[in-house]
Amino acid sequence: MIHSLFLINSSGDIFLEKHWKSVVSRSVCDYFFEAQERATEAENVPPVIPTPHHYLLSVYRHKIFFVAVIQTEVPPLFVIEFLHRVVDTFQDYFGVCSEPVIKDNVVVVYEVLEEMLDNGFPLATESNILKELIKPPTILRTVVNTITGSTNVGDQLPTGQLSVVPWRRTGVKYTNNEAYFDVIEEIDAIIDKSGSTITAEIQGVIDACVKLTGMPDLTLSFMRWESERILSFIPPDGNFRLLSYHVSAQNLVAIPVYVKHSISFRDSSSLGRFEITVGPKQTMGKTIEGVIVTSQMPKGVLNMSLTPSQGTHTFDPVTKMLSWDVGKINPQKLPSLKGTMSLQAGASKPDENPTINLQFKIQQLAISGLKVNRLDMYGEKYKPFKGIKYMTKAGKFQVRT
Amino acid sequence: MTDSKYFTTTKKGEIFELKAELNSDKKEKKKEAVKKVIASMTVGKDVSALFPDVVNCMQTDNLELKKLVYLYLMNYAKSQPDMAIMAVNTFVKDCEDPNPLIRALAVRTMGCIRVDKITEYLCEPLRKCLKDEDPYVRKTAAVCVAKLHDINAQLVEDQGFLDTLKDLISDSNPMVVANAVAALSEIAESHPSSNLLDLNPQSINKLLTALNECTEWGQIFILDCLANYTPKDDREAQSICERVTPRLSHANSAVVLSAVKVLMKFMEMLSKDLDYYGTLLKKLAPPLVTLLSAEPELQYVALRNINLIVQKRPEILKHEMKVFFVKYNDPIYVKLEKLDIMIRLASQANIAQVLAELKEYATEVDVDFVRKAVRAIGRCAIKVEQSAERCVSTLLDLIQTKVNYVVQEAIVVIKDIFRKYPNKYESVIATLCENLDSLDEPEARAAMIWIVGEYAERIDNADELLESFLEGFHDESTQVQLQLLTAIVKLFLKKPTETQELVQQVLSLATQDSDNPDLRDRGYIYWRLLSTDPVAAKEVVLAEKPLISEETDLIEPTLLDELICYIGTLASVYHKPPSAFVEGGRGVVHKSLPPRTASNESTESPETAPAGPPSGEQPDVIPAQGDLLGDLLNLDLGPPVSGPPLATSSVQMGAVDLLGGGLDSLIGGPNFVTPPAAAVPANLGAPMGSGLSDLFDLTSGVGTLSGSYVAPKAVWLPAMKAKGLEISGTFTRQVGSISMDLQLTNKALQVMTDFAIQFNRNSFGLAPAAPLQVHAPLSPNQTVEISLPLNTVGSVMKMEPLNNLQVAVKNNIDVFYFSTLYPLHILFVEDGKMERQMFLATWKDIPNENEAQFQIRDCPLNAEAASSRLQSSNIFTVAKRNVEGQDMLYQSLKLTNGIWVLAELRIQPGNPNFMDLELSLKCRAPEVSPHVCQAYETILKN
Repeated sequence: MIHSLFLINSSGDIFLEKHWKSVVSRSVCDYFFEAQERATEAENVPPVIPTPHHYLLSVYRHKIFFVAVIQTEVPPLFVIEFLHRVVDTFQDYFGVCSEPVIKDNVVVVYEVLEEMLDNGFPLATESNILKELIKPPTILRTVVNTITGSTNVGDQLPTGQLSVVPWRRTGVKYTNNEAYFDVIEEIDAIIDKSGSTITAEIQGVIDACVKLTGMPDLTLSFMRWESERILSFIPPDGNFRLLSYHVSAQNLVAIPVYVKHSISFRDSSSLGRFEITVGPKQTMGKTIEGVIVTSQMPKGVLNMSLTPSQGTHTFDPVTKMLSWDVGKINPQKLPSLKGTMSLQAGASKPDENPTINLQFKIQQLAISGLKVNRLDMYGEKYKPFKGIKYMTKAGKFQVRT
Repeated sequence: MTDSKYFTTTKKGEIFELKAELNSDKKEKKKEAVKKVIASMTVGKDVSALFPDVVNCMQTDNLELKKLVYLYLMNYAKSQPDMAIMAVNTFVKDCEDPNPLIRALAVRTMGCIRVDKITEYLCEPLRKCLKDEDPYVRKTAAVCVAKLHDINAQLVEDQGFLDTLKDLISDSNPMVVANAVAALSEIAESHPSSNLLDLNPQSINKLLTALNECTEWGQIFILDCLANYTPKDDREAQSICERVTPRLSHANSAVVLSAVKVLMKFMEMLSKDLDYYGTLLKKLAPPLVTLLSAEPELQYVALRNINLIVQKRPEILKHEMKVFFVKYNDPIYVKLEKLDIMIRLASQANIAQVLAELKEYATEVDVDFVRKAVRAIGRCAIKVEQSAERCVSTLLDLIQTKVNYVVQEAIVVIKDIFRKYPNKYESVIATLCENLDSLDEPEARAAMIWIVGEYAERIDNADELLESFLEGFHDESTQVQLQLLTAIVKLFLKKPTETQELVQQVLSLATQDSDNPDLRDRGYIYWRLLSTDPVAAKEVVLAEKPLISEETDLIEPTLLDELICYIGTLASVYHKPPSAFVEGGRGVVHKSLPPRTASNESTESPETAPAGPPSGEQPDVIPAQGDLLGDLLNLDLGPPVSGPPLATSSVQMGAVDLLGGGLDSLIGGPNFVTPPAAAVPANLGAPMGSGLSDLFDLTSGVGTLSGSYVAPKAVWLPAMKAKGLEISGTFTRQVGSISMDLQLTNKALQVMTDFAIQFNRNSFGLAPAAPLQVHAPLSPNQTVEISLPLNTVGSVMKMEPLNNLQVAVKNNIDVFYFSTLYPLHILFVEDGKMERQMFLATWKDIPNENEAQFQIRDCPLNAEAASSRLQSSNIFTVAKRNVEGQDMLYQSLKLTNGIWVLAELRIQPGNPNFMDLELSLKCRAPEVSPHVCQAYETILKN
């Protein structure tokens, strides 16, 4: 099972270590550092690294490498999923997951990690239960603890721990009973030069914030779903992800935006022309907002002189990253960005064409057509306040030029 | 107020100050001090000096303080075992606490203190906790058994904890069940044979019930455990599959992949005609596709597994090509894996799309990725015949970009396309030749040279092109040199009149000026071929080439089946069975897919169904490679190793003689210079000679009629352990020379080349006298017999058993190791007959304690028959006596290392009831006696 965990920042310092079995010397990380050096970017460090006596499995999140050490055959996905859970837990506890925050809360971090694994076996990874065992730090609690001498460690067995619904604590009470659901869909797509879709799929999630008294039994009814079209569940208390779903590339996925582009380099000239226009496509009448266009320009581009019809743009001549914050798309007046690129004099034209990365948001729309018809509650008498929101976003949305 | 305050230090010294605070009367101050200690510990500072002070804080009703002290204890107890005993009482007391949280915490912490002395005290509290009324305590205790087992396995067995743990599989609480399974699985891993998880339909049913109710992690443990079960028939397999299928939609990807493993394995038992089989196939695709939308690290592991699944059951994902299309900001490790799977899924139906994508990738920035994309285009051409033309034109477009590494990769793959579709695309040769100068990588240069040689007759200036490479011949890599040699010989055979000078030049470069035995050997072979029989040379050198396989990098079916059983594990990430990389001596049981068993067939004998490692005699494949690897790998296996010079090198000059004259007749010109005898450098003569001599021995090596007894060939290296290469063999001794007769069979799907062999040091210095010569690449399903001459002048190291020989065989795929026992009689030399007087004197001289007695049972031979049989294996009868109706044979033999063995063989002829022979052996090195006796028995009984 999971032997140890090292947290490493991008400059290669180990700033926290935790061992669930015997202590493994931190020199084991040298193999990781070697791989880190070989990789051009932090994202490219391979997630599984063998060493003579151990295996290092790592994830890279929030500019921190979470490196787990294992010694025997353990399913790697099990380890990686667990590491993600660690990241989520830190974020849940401290609001952000970053090196300074972890250092500032090192004792709580250590206590939490100790509760999450026993001898490398997962022990408590549900945030509901963890928070009952180790209370998250708040300014108020720190002050109170200092005055009263009480602690932030719960001294009772978390109630949900062993029930049939381990994810929900008992005895929950609210004066305002409410249940909110967010249906969020992300479109991953690759669009080719000519504007036709090479592949497009949807990653959807339903996130919920449920604050209901007692042991409610909820039933969601959907417009488009498998045969029965209902989903019945007892919710955890507070924020949680109810489900995630996937609409595969074999289905027709509506593409809400298009990008018209004309990027040309010429062999003889040290100037290139650049022009892109963004416009709405299948939006079901909704507005596209929060549009950001980014593109990694070829190395040969020294600088860009561009004028946007709206929004602001930046070009970093060092990283060659072009970023254009467009904002809302007004169908009557399509946003565009045009101008020239200055290229290295005398060099041949770049081999690769830049790919355009698109971010956008569309409120009140689930592009797959998923719709919640109604929410019913059984098992409790009161009338809860219910709400549902839809949102479509760009995931990995790429336009080749 | 943050914890960073715990890191501030003062002038007095941190440890000193902390010590004072830990011993403070104020609770709050104590707690803060412990927190500071913990903070130091997390960043790797040594605070073990504070051990007694921290342990003093343990007796407290403040749970946070208690937990903090426990954290400290777990970290440092091992370095302070005597002090750690101080903590035992508190633990034992806490295990009785009314609060289950405290009981669980105590048993959990105790198990983490890896101190032998403490484990004794742990047993009683642990026993109680395993039967605790609270399931939270029971599930914690279950894990504690695994911890304890890691520290002291014997203790756990003696105390009966394993049985208690097995009982917990039937616990009413699913979490307890899951943890018991996890603990048992971990223990079983260190005892592969122990049958701890004795699965039967009842326990399976319990696991399946718990599967629905336990946490995500518990589900992983249970699914992995289920995967080890072999259902008794297809009906049971289907019912388990039905209950596992809902796990495919779990949010935790590890649960999904473990479920996929169970289904992939049990599917093997279902008939393909079954409706359910089709349903299951359809259900497997969506979860696999969904894994690819997860974080890149998860994607990577998923992709490595999908690579296996696609090879085993391509139908599952055949319509899902698009999800493997590469996004430009995917990490490189994801990109490369996706590309691999794209090629595997490429078919006539989707090839257009795939090609368009690959062409797009070939213009990306990342060099490794671009290279692989270009290669992928070539692989598509070979795989999907209809697309070949389009692939070639795409490659030509890419060559036009003049991007150096793109051009080079393209040329390498075009060579393979030429091989696959001869006489179809040669029109592009001119374009290729334009890029000759820009090629700086050996593989690309070799490919281009191959193309020029292969199509020499169509390239007007082929001789000029090849000559241009010849200038820097010695600076080229071996690959290029070999290719150049072959290409020029091809050219010469095609256009003999214009190129004699060129061929002479390259032959002399290869044979005289090169230190590379590979190159020299090939040079001499060509030289001799050309000089003795130019027609044969043409037949050999310009022979039709075997087809190249459509798919490359396919995993052999046996290994693939094994890896399917390891879906979701590290083995599946490395595409190697765990035995190939798991640490240390922990034996690994080979897993295999269950055979298909229909319910109506199997009801009578269910026991025969479970699959396991095939029983019966398994050749001894060296398990722990530790020191052996060290020995073998220090020697360079790269080029075939030429053995140390033979003592007798009677054939060495023959090579030179044969090289004369013959070429003149082929060319008909007077100018061709016969290589002078000095062309063979003196110091290289011996190995050269032996190399050539075994060229001629090849045919005579097998099927000996006279000489020592030859055992039938036995399998030494089964295909399953050597990626499809099966080696069987035996040893022969014939007229003074020992050889190893090998039979190599290619049971893999790809062609094998570049064979080499190496022995580890052994008791009698056995070593190959010549490189392992496998002349043509070994195609799938092809078998080749080779006689490898051996000598006994290699390094000596005493082996256990004495006649153990550890061998490494290399081919283009990998290096494999096996060990075999050779019969000692191959070491009995021809001049092993001792003089009578000498025999008597020696017999007396060797002390009696060196005499060993043996019985050879059931051997109805008379003295003459025995004597003549033994003599043909170089055991010589020095004298014969008849004592009281018994024949006594006095015999001598000598081993290659000069050790004499004297024997007295007692035979009772004409007594049908007593057919045992008695053998006394005397030798100054008595440890050889048992092996000599074994040789006697083998010779006499065969």
